[in-house]
Amino acid sequence: MVAATSWHEAAGQAVGQGPLARPSIFAPASTPAHSILALSYFVLAITAGIFLTVGGVLAYVIFRYRQRGKDDTEEPPQIYGSTQVEIAWTVVPVLIVVVLFLTTARMIFAIQDAAPPKSALNVTVVGHQYWWEFNYPELGIHAVNELHVPLSSAKDPKPTYLKLLSADVMHSFWVPQLAGKTDLIPNHPNEMWVDPLAPGMYVGQCAQFCGVEHAKMLIRVYVQSPEDFDAWVKNQQQPAVEDDSVAAGRRVYESQACVNCHTIRGTGTTGRFGPDLTHLMSRDTIAAGAVPNTPKNLRAWIENPDTFKSGSLMPAMHLTDEQLDQITAYLSTLK
Amino acid sequence: MADSSLPIPGALEVTSPRYSQAAILQWLNSWVTTVDHKKLGILYTLYAIFFLLVGGVEAMAIRIQLIRPNNTFLSPEVFNRLFTMHGTTMVFLVGMTFIFGFANYLIPLMIGARDMAFPRLNAFSFWVTAFGGLMIYYSFIGGYGLFGDGSAPDVGWFAYAPLTAKAFSRGHSTDFWALSLIVTGFGTVGAAINVIATILCMRCKGMTMMRLPLFAWLNFAVSGLILVTITPLTAAQIMLLVDRYLGGHFFDTQSGGSAMIWMHFFWIFGHPEVYVLVLPAFAIANEIIPVFSRKAIFGYPAMVAASMGIVFISLGVWAHHMFTIGMTSVSNAFFSLSTMLVGIPTGMKIFNWVATMWGGKLRFATPMLFCTAFLFQFLIAGLTGIMLSVVPWNWQLHNSYFVIAHFHYVLVGAIVFCIFAGLYYWYPKVTGRMMNETLGKWHFWLFLIGFHITFDIMHIPGMLGMPRSIYTYEASRGWGTLNMIVSIGGFIQAIAVLLFAFNLVWSYFYGEKAGNDPWDAWTLEWTTASPPPAYNFEDDPVVRSRRPLWDLKHTEDTDWKYE
Ligand code: HEM
Ligand SMILES: [Cu+2]
Repeated sequence: MVAATSWHEAAGQAVGQGPLARPSIFAPASTPAHSILALSYFVLAITAGIFLTVGGVLAYVIFRYRQRGKDDTEEPPQIYGSTQVEIAWTVVPVLIVVVLFLTTARMIFAIQDAAPPKSALNVTVVGHQYWWEFNYPELGIHAVNELHVPLSSAKDPKPTYLKLLSADVMHSFWVPQLAGKTDLIPNHPNEMWVDPLAPGMYVGQCAQFCGVEHAKMLIRVYVQSPEDFDAWVKNQQQPAVEDDSVAAGRRVYESQACVNCHTIRGTGTTGRFGPDLTHLMSRDTIAAGAVPNTPKNLRAWIENPDTFKSGSLMPAMHLTDEQLDQITAYLSTLK
Repeated sequence: MADSSLPIPGALEVTSPRYSQAAILQWLNSWVTTVDHKKLGILYTLYAIFFLLVGGVEAMAIRIQLIRPNNTFLSPEVFNRLFTMHGTTMVFLVGMTFIFGFANYLIPLMIGARDMAFPRLNAFSFWVTAFGGLMIYYSFIGGYGLFGDGSAPDVGWFAYAPLTAKAFSRGHSTDFWALSLIVTGFGTVGAAINVIATILCMRCKGMTMMRLPLFAWLNFAVSGLILVTITPLTAAQIMLLVDRYLGGHFFDTQSGGSAMIWMHFFWIFGHPEVYVLVLPAFAIANEIIPVFSRKAIFGYPAMVAASMGIVFISLGVWAHHMFTIGMTSVSNAFFSLSTMLVGIPTGMKIFNWVATMWGGKLRFATPMLFCTAFLFQFLIAGLTGIMLSVVPWNWQLHNSYFVIAHFHYVLVGAIVFCIFAGLYYWYPKVTGRMMNETLGKWHFWLFLIGFHITFDIMHIPGMLGMPRSIYTYEASRGWGTLNMIVSIGGFIQAIAVLLFAFNLVWSYFYGEKAGNDPWDAWTLEWTTASPPPAYNFEDDPVVRSRRPLWDLKHTEDTDWKYE
């Protein structure tokens, strides 16, 4: 618990952010994660009980019956079995299983079959080799890698329902503090929900091996107060800012292969293979959490994505130094 | 016969010096062409030990890469190949072949037979399996250099669709994976049929099924399970190859195929596979624990019933690897229950082993040390298994390091520990010499300590959000120290295994002479010379109880009075 704070600080500094929450299942911040932890403690108690009992007996047997001295002449009395004993130690586990199963089943239904209330926010998550796309159909916005959701509370429930899709291979959405994981499978839409009860930033990660850069497919979830969330939504709904001082950079973007894969609303480019860049600078990180989003990192990334993420599907762009400076300047205006 | 100056056929070998080329060739030839179940058993075992070392080196490379955050010891591509090859090697080339090594060597001896039912099929099975193993390792060279792009397989040992489709797995690495496992599958099925036929048809006089040593019973059960489960695996691999080369759309989601069909096929094989590996480990414990406790096994019929229970229940739990794919809540609940049910027969087994030790005179020689540690570790593995069957908790822990820790508790803590126990126990029978006890104890304690440092700690990063199959992580995630400890434990285990390998070789030349029955044991293999002659028994043995040698040694109090 104590050591924990230093990780947050380290992580926070890395992206110029406040303290991070721990990516631990023991620090839940959303109803599903809370319920799972409560169930886990119950299961832990039962299994610990079994462990202490059986392990204790085993330890006793080892010490009590180990051969002492050198009396290896006499064999101990031979016992071939006992039906009563066998029945007893079959019935007891059966009872334990019944209790465990009933509690488990109740929790499965409670979490999995919870119907979305009217106030719920819908987000469609699309997993890509190796980044995330978050679409808000009701709000008409796209976000990338960093999911923003409103704070929920018992008084004002605002759960977020995630519809999970995949554009290529299997991925899995896992933010331990908010909920368990659910897979994103091509041709097979899935669903899960979270209702974050504390503001903050929660880290998670793809949890299904999805190719070379599976390790660098991080998720950040920003849980914001209703006002902050609305402000964020307003900003995302704007098209990209126009700034004449970086027109040269914009021309580089529009004249290179960038447009095949990326969208910047307001420029008429609609590539869908890579992340939408319209509000690039509203993100803390680039490349699905690989590095902080600074102009220096952006430039290095465009020059050669391998620097940070060697398996990334974005090719090195082979731009001149001047073009790199120009396009970095342009991208830096996309607030 | 007239005197002749022509050499008599065969005389050349007899008279040539011991290490001449001809002698060596003949010796090699005798191993390659052998159909003797004992020699094949030894070949299987050596093969398994070899790949245990290879898979171990791969594990160590993985652990070096993860020892600290942002490490660059391996590239992501190489890391992915290594964890895929580590998993594939350990399951298919180590686990499966150890089983058949022990089964081949021991079953005919234990049931009083002269050989397996089909000696030639036996040899065929081994060489086919060996070829499959070579083929998958050949992919390291063949994949890239000679025959196209894409080196060793890098899609995980579970090879989930659609990552294995042409669109995402270019080159031939996935083909090597599928083809070589189909080939080892042939060998496995052949060997399993042979075990079944041998046990059903070759038992000596008096050995009814209910007098069969538990070792043979469990291998019988396992062989049945193999026949049922290799089939879907092979089918799936053929379907995968059809997808990749003939435009099939079974698993190719880009053209409407289903990723989930692969998962069902794979886990209908893959889950029972765990029991295919662990039941032979139980089989070993079933022989060793009674002998070193000096007591008959407690509840023999219950042990048989529990094993059969495990076999049948294991066929109905495969979807517990799929709790996160969005099955209905009813399916989730069903597979949760079926998984918890496995706990009942496995629990019975643990209780029976403890009861066998209860009131005995426990001799802690190396084999018994390994078996005792196995009991503790299997208990823990079972309990973490129960935790994982609690579906909501599984949603958190699935595909995390908690799962890696859990299944290594089974694969190493139970299976590898029992295999070591078995190797120490039967080594004197096979070679005529004892393994060195001092080295054995060092091996045991180092391995035990290393094991616990590695795999106890490994549960924690999983609960702190660390997914499996990642080649690196940021310092800010807070997993650095834990991974460092885990890796150190790994190295301690590696040292222990090297000690063991040294002991194997050293004892072969300098070990104490063993005699026929060094452990004062009770099953038929201990009546033959060590090593046993080519045809095992001079006269066909006749038995009257489960412990024929006990009857011989205790004529006043024979077993058959109680059975
Ligand atoms: C010192 C011994 C061992 C160590 C340190 C070790 C370490 C590891 C690690 C770190 C992984 C995770 C790779 C990942 O998914 O990121 C792994 C995976 C695995 N290990 Fe081991 N291992 C050891 C022995 C064994 C043995 C003896 C077996 C089986 C008999 C085994 C079977 C597996 C399997 C099946 C996987 C899954 C591979 C995959 O995800 O595709 N391991 N091991
Ligand atoms: Cu992914």
